[in-house]
Amino acid sequence: MMSKRIVIEPVTRIEGHAKISIFMDSAGNVADAEFHVVEFRGFEKFCEGRPFSEMPGITQRICGICPVSHTLASAKAGDAIMAVNIPPAANKLRRLMNLGQIVQSHALSFFHLSAPDFLLGWDTPPAQRNVFGLIAANPGLARAGIRLRQFGQEIIEILGAKKIHPAWAVPGGVRSPLTEEGRARIRAWLPESFATAKTAFDLFQKTMDTHLREIQIYGNFPSLFMGLVGPDGSWEHHDGKLRFIDSSGCIIADQLDARDYLQFIGESVQSSSYLKSPYYTPLGFPDGMYRVGPLARLNVCERMGVPKADAELKNFKSMGRGAVTSSFLYHYARLIEILAALEFIELYMDDPDLLSEDLRADAGINSLRGVGVSEAPRGTLFHDYTVDRNGLLQKVNLIVATGQNNLAMNQTVAQIARHYVRGATISEHLLNRVEHGIRCYDPCLSCSTHAVGQMPLHIRLIGPDGAILCEAARH
Amino acid sequence: MAAKTLTINGLQISAEEGATILQAADEANVKIPTLCHLDGVYDVGACRLCLVEVAGVPKLLPACTTKVVEGMEVKTDTERLRKYRRMTLELLLAERNHVCAVCVANGHCELQAFAWSLGIDHVRYDYCFPKWSVDNTHRLFGMDHNRCILCTRCVRVCWHIEGAGTKNVSGRGGHARIISDLNQPWGEADSCTSCGKCVQACPTGALFHKGSTVAEMERDRSKLEFIVTAREKKQWIASD
Repeated sequence: MMSKRIVIEPVTRIEGHAKISIFMDSAGNVADAEFHVVEFRGFEKFCEGRPFSEMPGITQRICGICPVSHTLASAKAGDAIMAVNIPPAANKLRRLMNLGQIVQSHALSFFHLSAPDFLLGWDTPPAQRNVFGLIAANPGLARAGIRLRQFGQEIIEILGAKKIHPAWAVPGGVRSPLTEEGRARIRAWLPESFATAKTAFDLFQKTMDTHLREIQIYGNFPSLFMGLVGPDGSWEHHDGKLRFIDSSGCIIADQLDARDYLQFIGESVQSSSYLKSPYYTPLGFPDGMYRVGPLARLNVCERMGVPKADAELKNFKSMGRGAVTSSFLYHYARLIEILAALEFIELYMDDPDLLSEDLRADAGINSLRGVGVSEAPRGTLFHDYTVDRNGLLQKVNLIVATGQNNLAMNQTVAQIARHYVRGATISEHLLNRVEHGIRCYDPCLSCSTHAVGQMPLHIRLIGPDGAILCEAARH
Repeated sequence: MAAKTLTINGLQISAEEGATILQAADEANVKIPTLCHLDGVYDVGACRLCLVEVAGVPKLLPACTTKVVEGMEVKTDTERLRKYRRMTLELLLAERNHVCAVCVANGHCELQAFAWSLGIDHVRYDYCFPKWSVDNTHRLFGMDHNRCILCTRCVRVCWHIEGAGTKNVSGRGGHARIISDLNQPWGEADSCTSCGKCVQACPTGALFHKGSTVAEMERDRSKLEFIVTAREKKQWIASD
């Protein structure tokens, strides 16, 4: 039988441009799959020569969904170059903004991008299987989801004066505090957000009951997981140290200083994609494949640190033997993180420090290298800057969440394809499922290649001799 | 001093002999756009935004360096002028690397403000994308040549108000750039008194306080006016 390759391009409802190749062996079975990112932007290069103080403003332009993640990681790298401990209030405010970011980004992923798939049905035509279809089918739910995202965005705006690309976090701290008025607005909105989170949990519980097959085959395989944890192993989203666990749930490295990431994370480059593939160096490439993001963060932590989310975490942990290995459950992990973020935001509302005016440490260049690490909604984000003694950037290295999930996404596509590819044709059925497999990771290709664009899907079936057997594209 | 009478946009006004059209217009509350003029220092006609039409003169004249003449008929806002002003601004934007969104002067930039007021939402010319560097060697201030429009305000305040003579222009045409002393890194320029007048004078984000982040660079020109008024009129008056 002829060899085959399936290519899906473009992939929709993710941030950026991508293409998928599915490689067939001579027996007509799926041998492998590759998720290619076909964009290139070059932030690491053109930031060279800029003052480090501008970096939180420049790097957040990498993305319109998670600018906060970049601006915070960048500001932290700047703190390290100045070698300062930022005022405690500034750190709390940065954390509050990051919680707002987690809520808005996860709400977007769950309600706008992913829910149409499992609520409207996999085989609903793409023209309806989107947030507008969801609005038509369940306006109350769609509205609540949009409002939940808005809540997260409003927190960002209340602190940074803009929902997207706030010029607020700076090396040394932040530029303005929370105001009484802003605090009152957040406080008043919280009950509605908690109610929406509850609705989402009820909904996803039902989804999990009816999607056992998806849980089984949408990226369900052993891998390492990495994320920040607190000193006591609790959930962390901005500070803390790195922990790696394996799929049996065993901690294989703990309390690693994220600034030393080069000692344990390597980056492999593939000619087929602008997305680099990081791996855990001690296990080598590709065995050192690890996943980051909500699923990983919940796997690596022992507790969330807030009661409602902790109850859900217990349920989540019961779904795996050791670690929870199904990428379909990224969705569930996202909901738990939304809930935890809401609970932490509620706690912050009673913290008088957030109104403090003492927000910015001042210092010169005290270290020629600075690494800033924070948990973006999609996973651990590293900004690594080397500057000259005048503070101009000599070298920039960014490791973003989607890149770290690259190997896992390839494996997810292969796993789904093995179940759904029949013959040398690409069915709508396959397209939809592969697309969702990718979407579980909520990948942001704009971030990961530091690239821009919409997310069309192009899928190709490729035979052992490299011939394209079938191709399908969606724009 | 004798007064001269003239019309600006049909409005009859009088101005002191020796005054420029820009000064006369300003007194008559007629706004003429300019990026290189700065109260307190001499004018050089660098930016060409203040070009006006004068009856009987076929070419356009810069309002900042043209003195008023008895019976002069000046027009400051015609279709032709708007066309040239827009062209001039677009050329300024295309010449170097102006990226408002991540600029320290975003929201406080005269170049941006004029571009906005003229409705410039795109530039018709190819961007030059020159490779200019940032001089961050000074202890307090930075200079980003990417954002410089060569208005030479910094040079004039440095020579005329501070009297240090640190700032200068080297090169010609597209290669012209602001230098410190004998084309040294600013931090090594012995003549610089670190007074910061150049930073206050800059219309864009080219000169900034070191460590400034996006949109943070606000200027305070009142200090320049204060010094000039004190020196020339012996009046120490703080404007507020």
